[in-house]
Amino acid sequence: MNVPASWYLVLAAVLFGVGAFGLLTRRSALIMFMCLELMLNAVNLTFVTFSRTLSDISGQASVFFVMVVAAAEVTVGLGIVVAVFRRRSSTSVDELSELKG
Amino acid sequence: MVAATYAVPAILVFVTSALLILAGAVGVISVKNPVHAAICLIMTLFGVAVAFVAQSADFLAAVQIIVYAGAIVVLFLFVIMFLGVDRNMHVSVEPLVGQRAFAAAGVVITVAGLITLMATSHWVTGATSVTGKLVTGNGNVKQLGTAVFTTYLFAFEATAALLIIAVVGAVLLARRERATTEEEVNA
Repeated sequence: MNVPASWYLVLAAVLFGVGAFGLLTRRSALIMFMCLELMLNAVNLTFVTFSRTLSDISGQASVFFVMVVAAAEVTVGLGIVVAVFRRRSSTSVDELSELKG
Repeated sequence: MVAATYAVPAILVFVTSALLILAGAVGVISVKNPVHAAICLIMTLFGVAVAFVAQSADFLAAVQIIVYAGAIVVLFLFVIMFLGVDRNMHVSVEPLVGQRAFAAAGVVITVAGLITLMATSHWVTGATSVTGKLVTGNGNVKQLGTAVFTTYLFAFEATAALLIIAVVGAVLLARRERATTEEEVNA
């Protein structure tokens, strides 16, 4: 018998929290992207857990699409980081304050 | 004790994946060197793959390793190497006063809210599944493939367009501008 779904759900919630904390506190755009991946993985874990609990393959199909979107997001995001680095020689998000009102 | 009623292997697998996930996640947000952060990210992704296998999502576990650990993290490492490791990133510097405390408070409230929601909600909605009951134990790759190529066909085709757009956009963004243009701008 597998462990109860709530264990995995709590683990996913904690992983989401750790990722969110990193996203809010780290300055490097690269590290912020990695924290975003952590949060996406937490959501994927929740999807798979509910897929098992509710006995529905739709949860796993959703994870499949989340992975595709994450891949696209990282591709474009890292392209932006490279483009910004060319101008500023830094990946710190604190330097990007030109649009500040 | 609750744990006594569950099989020991299942608990061991859960504990292993939880340790991998949490150690990797804490590593990502705490280490200074971006390369080390990427390695820690791989650890978390492996832990999530273990959790996927434990919950009979075999195909997704394979994709998790191939796409995430294989492609996305390599892309991260490639960009880190391309830009050069940023050595002047101070983890301890806090430009906004009290940012850490506020972030920690917000995260604690969010996680506590999520766990409370899980503890107090009833998940059985009575709605019937659109794609049929989940096959467990013997692998459900076929079932997932059928669902993706029938029920979710439109979404699947849309992701194809999304990937093409993302690749073209990334090439456009990362392309070096022509030298003449830069000279004109400087002049």
